[in-house]
Amino acid sequence: MNALLEMRNITKTFPGVKALDNVSLSVREGEIHAICGENGAGKSTLMKVLSGVYPAGSYDGEIHYDNSMAEFRSIRDSEDRGIIIIHQELALVPLLSIAENIFLGNERASRGVIDWPETFRLTEELLAKVGLREAPGVKVDSLGVGKQQLVEIAKALSKNVRLLILDEPTAALSEADSQALLDLLLELKSQGVTSIIISHKLNEVRRVADSVTVIRDGATISTIDARGGDLTEDRIVRDMVGRDMAHRYPERERRAGETVFELKNWNVWHPEQTERQVIDDISMTVRAGEVVGIAGLMGAGRTELAMSIFGRSYGRNISGQVLMHGKPADVSTVDRAINAGLAYVTEDRKTLGLILEDTIRRNTVVANLPGVSQRGVIDESRETEVAEGYRSALRIRTPSVFQKVMNLSGGNQQKVVLAKWLFTEPELLILDEPTRGIDVGAKYEIYSIINELSAAGKAVIMISSEMPELLGMCDRIHVMNEGRFVGELTADQASQEAIMSMIVRE
Amino acid sequence: MEQVEKASGIGIGAYISKHIREYGLLFALIAIMIFFQIVTGGVLLRPVNITNLFLQNSYIIIMALGMLMVIVAGHIDLSVGSVMGFVGAFAAVMIVQWDMPVIVAVIASLACGAAIGAAQGYFVAYWKIPSFIVTLAGMLVFRGLSLWLLAGQSVGPFPASFQSLANGFIPDPFGADKPNMLAMLVGIATVLILIWLGLRTRARNTRYGIEDEPFGLFVARNAIVAAALLFVTWKLAWFRGLPNVMLSMVVLTVIYVFITERTTLGRRVYAVGGNAKAAKLSGIRTERLTFLTFVNMGFLAALGGLVYAARLNTATPKAGFAVELDVIAAVFIGGASMAGGSGKIVGAVVGAFIMGVMNNGMSIMGIGIDYQQVIKGLVLLAAVFFDVYNKNKEA
Repeated sequence: MNALLEMRNITKTFPGVKALDNVSLSVREGEIHAICGENGAGKSTLMKVLSGVYPAGSYDGEIHYDNSMAEFRSIRDSEDRGIIIIHQELALVPLLSIAENIFLGNERASRGVIDWPETFRLTEELLAKVGLREAPGVKVDSLGVGKQQLVEIAKALSKNVRLLILDEPTAALSEADSQALLDLLLELKSQGVTSIIISHKLNEVRRVADSVTVIRDGATISTIDARGGDLTEDRIVRDMVGRDMAHRYPERERRAGETVFELKNWNVWHPEQTERQVIDDISMTVRAGEVVGIAGLMGAGRTELAMSIFGRSYGRNISGQVLMHGKPADVSTVDRAINAGLAYVTEDRKTLGLILEDTIRRNTVVANLPGVSQRGVIDESRETEVAEGYRSALRIRTPSVFQKVMNLSGGNQQKVVLAKWLFTEPELLILDEPTRGIDVGAKYEIYSIINELSAAGKAVIMISSEMPELLGMCDRIHVMNEGRFVGELTADQASQEAIMSMIVRE
Repeated sequence: MEQVEKASGIGIGAYISKHIREYGLLFALIAIMIFFQIVTGGVLLRPVNITNLFLQNSYIIIMALGMLMVIVAGHIDLSVGSVMGFVGAFAAVMIVQWDMPVIVAVIASLACGAAIGAAQGYFVAYWKIPSFIVTLAGMLVFRGLSLWLLAGQSVGPFPASFQSLANGFIPDPFGADKPNMLAMLVGIATVLILIWLGLRTRARNTRYGIEDEPFGLFVARNAIVAAALLFVTWKLAWFRGLPNVMLSMVVLTVIYVFITERTTLGRRVYAVGGNAKAAKLSGIRTERLTFLTFVNMGFLAALGGLVYAARLNTATPKAGFAVELDVIAAVFIGGASMAGGSGKIVGAVVGAFIMGVMNNGMSIMGIGIDYQQVIKGLVLLAAVFFDVYNKNKEA
């Protein structure tokens, strides 16, 4: 097998930073090649060099593609040669149809007049190839993320793709959608399409990849061939973080105190589709020092449950009762929920958790301004002290708390969100996907923080799509499916198989 | 410790280029003033003209304070010109035609403005109708209502007590001779307070290792501001002293600076504009806050309307026509972002002065209203382009 792509000694510097330092990457024709590395390791930069976002000449090193030297000056150049990138944030126009999206910028037209019958016919062919059973005229915003991902791939196929690059393709997908996507990748491989997949999910990498290149701190650490048989998760993790991680989850002492939080017969209806019940008669308790997980597939209603509890931020016709320390608590608005001792760390920190343009300091105190003010006047010295306190306690890596949070890495941003909620001095923390999109090292630190909190007697609810994370962190796990709790497992009983079977059995 | 060293080690040039927006605004105002001083042959900075500058622009500045809050919260208010015209007309009808006492009419007018703001804010905040549309409707409605109220005629003149709202001067307790001692003393006191506040902030920043401007730059900037303030008060002192509106303007500016920078209320407005969803999930009552910014805007538009009517000594159906554009332009020239979440009161005030000096200077030069609009439009575009250009360079 020949190398389709060979990137040799790529070095790319930004003012003050060497983002890539002599990185080499070799991708064989017809294989699926995975690139692994922590956030900020240089994966995206490398892909931007490859696709011409950083034009030839702005970096050192050579790219050989399809037996010739390639110098891409723009994305258009690389696309003309069949290199297509699908980014993590999908680049579809929500209000246009599937067909319009697929042929956007590449319309089937003669003299500017679009040939709709031809467009629809080709779209149907492409959709059949990717296994998406939707009509070409359906608007993209009515599709779920998984199906949108398939539309993106169909779009890539329409451009005669030879090398398909997927950046974290399954990050936002449910387990079932992820499996379907990976199957499609294998299918495309059998048709001769070469793929590069950037992923954090090592089990997926192991499933589809023929070889893996690990990048750390802007340098190639290793390239592992799956056929050699030494492709194990531990090996990849070790290369990614540069140290052995025998324990991916920090040890915690399990010690539950009295019941802090109690939810009784909680029912929630969908905000628009009034006849649809999203949460169906859920009851649960969390004790001091306990970490309780909620497992389930995407769309099971986990985020909706959390948001409806937290100040009725989701849904309508909400009924049921919230008790704190055995007494009914008023959680009807967000500020009342905060006063009752609740805190909710949102799933999506950028759009729901942080004010990106603002500084770390201002974000830290925004949920508890009275805590740094007297009679409505903010004491800026106190504000700085508070922010500095959390910066050192949570090990937020930043030169100063006067940095804008948009300049921080995902892991550090998540710590700022945690700092914001810790400053409200909650008794119950609801963590919704607390480690999504952050790298292995930072995940470990977040886990350690969660353990410190529970050791300090906080009650924690942890919602996660990553089952190993729940298994590693929680004392008990509720399994949720279609708006209901379908089972509960203690730490000893829980396993990925047990959780999945509870979901599937229902 | 490392940070402190880094902070004090930064060069003046590097610091200026990092904070080019704030300094640029100040330099732009000075450059524009020098330019017009030269081309008008020294008329611009004559005592009587400086006094006029304040009288002419006071209502724009007053409304820019409210507009800044609205824009920071992520909205826009196109109705302020019409509202100010309507409230001026309403006051004229109450005072001139119904013979109501001035004080009662003033209070009723301000309440009327707040009520108008509340009505518009209600639709924007609680029904989530885009503020552009709600206030566009308000612009038409109140333009029409002022025509109806005045029956197409001008209504005036006002009693002297009402006129003094705009044209009065603060009496000098040190005697009626020139120069006006009160004006001089107030000018000197203001400069001292500004320097004291600046030094205090510096001391605090050093304590927390916050990067602050190099000391040389601090001295230079304060020297320029102090010289300008003393110069202006000196000139005012040689005319009729401190105008009443200047006092209300300064007091309002100080209050709004305090609200936006030091209070939880102000901080929450910035949070709502910066990320409404995140603010809401942080326990901030975003709807109520948006509603209040519009009430505040209506109140200030009413105050602007009263000042304007008092200055002209008559309420005309044309009052406030296209004024919303000057007010909005002032806020954007002052560095606020259309997306919300950023912008400063001082910026908006300086922006309003830039617009005011240009209006005044070009009128003295005898430039027609046609070219004046073209030039003002280009200045607005240039200011915002400068912003975007710097932001791109940063990224």
